[in-house]
Amino acid sequence: MQRTPIVFGLAAATALLLGGCAVGTGGSGGDADAEYDSGSDLSGELSVMGFSAVDEVAQARIDVAETELGDVDVELIEGELDLQQFLSAVASGEPPSLLYADRDQIGSLAARGAILPLERCIEGEGIEMDQFLESAVGQVTLDGEVYGIPEFSQVQVTMANADLLQAAGVTIEQVNGSDRAAMTEANRKLAKTSGGQVQVIGVDSKLPEFLPLWVAGAGGSLISDDAKTAQLDSPEAVEALTWAVGIYDDQGGFSAVKAFRDSADFFGEGNQFATNTLGAMPMEQWYLNVLNDVSPDAPMAFDTVRGTDGEPIAFTGGSAWAIPSGGDNPEAACRWARAMTSTDAWRAAAEARLAARDAEGKPFTGILTGNQVADEEIQGMVTGGGEPWDSGVEAMYEANDHAVAMPANPADAEFEDAMQDAVNRVLNGQAEPEEALAEAQEKAQKALDDAWAELEDGD
Amino acid sequence: MTAAAPSAAAGAATPAARRPGGAEGPDASRPVRSRRPGSWWREARPALLFLSPWIIGFLVFTAWPMIYSAYLSLTDYDVINSPEFIGVENYVAMASDDKLLLALGNTALFTLMQVPLYVVVSLILALLLDRAGRASGFFRTVFFLPKMTPPVAVGVLFLLLFNGQNGIVNTVLGWFGIDGPAWTTDPAWVKPGLVFMSLWTVGASVIILLAALRNVPEMLYESARLDGAGFWRTAWNVTVPMISPALFFIIVVNTIAGFQTFDEAYTAFFGSGNTTYSNDAALFYVIYLFQQAFGFLNMGYASALAWLLFVVIMIVTAIQLVVSRRLVYYEGDRK
Repeated sequence: MQRTPIVFGLAAATALLLGGCAVGTGGSGGDADAEYDSGSDLSGELSVMGFSAVDEVAQARIDVAETELGDVDVELIEGELDLQQFLSAVASGEPPSLLYADRDQIGSLAARGAILPLERCIEGEGIEMDQFLESAVGQVTLDGEVYGIPEFSQVQVTMANADLLQAAGVTIEQVNGSDRAAMTEANRKLAKTSGGQVQVIGVDSKLPEFLPLWVAGAGGSLISDDAKTAQLDSPEAVEALTWAVGIYDDQGGFSAVKAFRDSADFFGEGNQFATNTLGAMPMEQWYLNVLNDVSPDAPMAFDTVRGTDGEPIAFTGGSAWAIPSGGDNPEAACRWARAMTSTDAWRAAAEARLAARDAEGKPFTGILTGNQVADEEIQGMVTGGGEPWDSGVEAMYEANDHAVAMPANPADAEFEDAMQDAVNRVLNGQAEPEEALAEAQEKAQKALDDAWAELEDGD
Repeated sequence: MTAAAPSAAAGAATPAARRPGGAEGPDASRPVRSRRPGSWWREARPALLFLSPWIIGFLVFTAWPMIYSAYLSLTDYDVINSPEFIGVENYVAMASDDKLLLALGNTALFTLMQVPLYVVVSLILALLLDRAGRASGFFRTVFFLPKMTPPVAVGVLFLLLFNGQNGIVNTVLGWFGIDGPAWTTDPAWVKPGLVFMSLWTVGASVIILLAALRNVPEMLYESARLDGAGFWRTAWNVTVPMISPALFFIIVVNTIAGFQTFDEAYTAFFGSGNTTYSNDAALFYVIYLFQQAFGFLNMGYASALAWLLFVVIMIVTAIQLVVSRRLVYYEGDRK
């Protein structure tokens, strides 16, 4: 009979222990006590997660930031952002002071209260947000609040093998996306298969990752501007997916093309362009440097990717600095974010890269910083590498001026997953585009509705 | 020896009375006294002391996480904010989760394909090794070495070896006039590819079976030979029954491992090199659980998924145990 109170006592103790285990910082670790002031002296420690000083561009900016931080001890937690590692740190109540994340992760982290809104930081440190690319700022803005300071920009450029184009009687304009029927036709002329095996990829439409680019090229968007409505089943999306999958179907199917694509020496001198096994594809601008470095004699031709209206278009991505809730030094974190993305820091980085490239006897092809003022300045420092590389660099800067992006949303992981699942199912022959996108639309909209409702309830 | 008779007859089989040779202690005829309070603790204390590293490890790293996970499965928890108790909602939500069914189906199918093949290949290699004489040691090492390879490396290797365009597997098949499939990109061939790749680690099972084979009494083979049994009849009627406990162990362990498959498939299809193209044919249960936990931050739901997997594995193992009573031969169980 005396066991009952003991059992209840144990149960109560267990519940208390279990409840106490989950710490979390959401909503409880604000920066109300922080005083952001660009003229203040700072001290303490700054732990930075997700950023590594891997090259001269990073190191030159770190030097600038450390000078501005004065007595602050900076600790870089090496490696790319590992969400598991970050969440473990948050759960244990010891988040890092600063986070370096992909911009498409910012929405979810912000919606859960894992990172702070930066209005006071921006104002106190005098960060000039209008210097940044509008599309980049949009990626770190949720519900009207800015949660990250953007840096870097990745944009796509049309890259093609000039020799293959010429042999097939195809021009670069026919593979830049402006005329999709012409691109389909060019793909058929460029592609070569033998015995069911791909010998030359005509055009790689780069699914699933570039569906947003092709949708944007047709004047559409996969999500509304306020990030509340999914538009995965829009006519532009269905048309873009149908067309881009058709590019693979004409070459024996995605499975065959993907297997061939995976077998290539993508980063080496035996890359697809150097070995004349790829006609054309849209690709992020950093691949220009790879190609120029490992196969400078490859017969390349470059253009921007173009929308169906003929205008250049790119779908941008990049990184951002964010301050975790509960971080122990938000003032230093904000100063670091400001310094690392300042025009001065980018100038120092460009000079370091220019010196390194000069030492190697190679051209400096520029850096896309996400900061428009810095971009303009660095563009003036670019050194000519001769054709076709100069055309590539020109296309890169033009694409950067026409970049678009999806706005931050509180369910970005679920949204992305729904979209990619749909594209993969079509690529694998498991569904038709309309059917797959309609299903994705339903899932994505539900995820968005739930996330926005939770966010608004939290307010 | 006569002195032992009274105590044995009285049923007072004290430790002294059971000593080899029947030697008795000086007070063997004394009635057994009830233990003093606290005597159990005095006896158990040294044992517990020596066992304490394991006990503490078990409580901290196994029992406690399990209890905590059970609690989290009843909450809405995103790691960042404190868990919110929601009762059995996570378990109810599973019923309408299409991807959960897909992942569970993929996992069950993979396990059904993998376990029999794994056991058969292990057995064949063990039989060969058993007859390999002095070379056995060398091949035992060769077979076991791949087990030491990190699973992540095996995942990357899978993409290279099984590439449908120029992977070595298809190249070898080509020598025999066979057009190999697109193992890494065709949904119909992804799971068979992963099953074949899993044979990479067959060495550990081979070693276990080899040990079992070497414990089969030679006289049974001699009897079989005298009775005119051939190789296959001997294998089926003598070898397999005699090593059936080891076979059963391998089947159970590999079934559990099959349901927990993660590393290789995750690396090959969902890791950093494949963040956009993920072949759903390789979406195994634990991968889906991981996605829910660390991709979508649904830690409560992921905990519920973990418990469902626990229940599934328990049921499958229980079925295997029931079936084993009819099929597994334990020499000590002879009645």
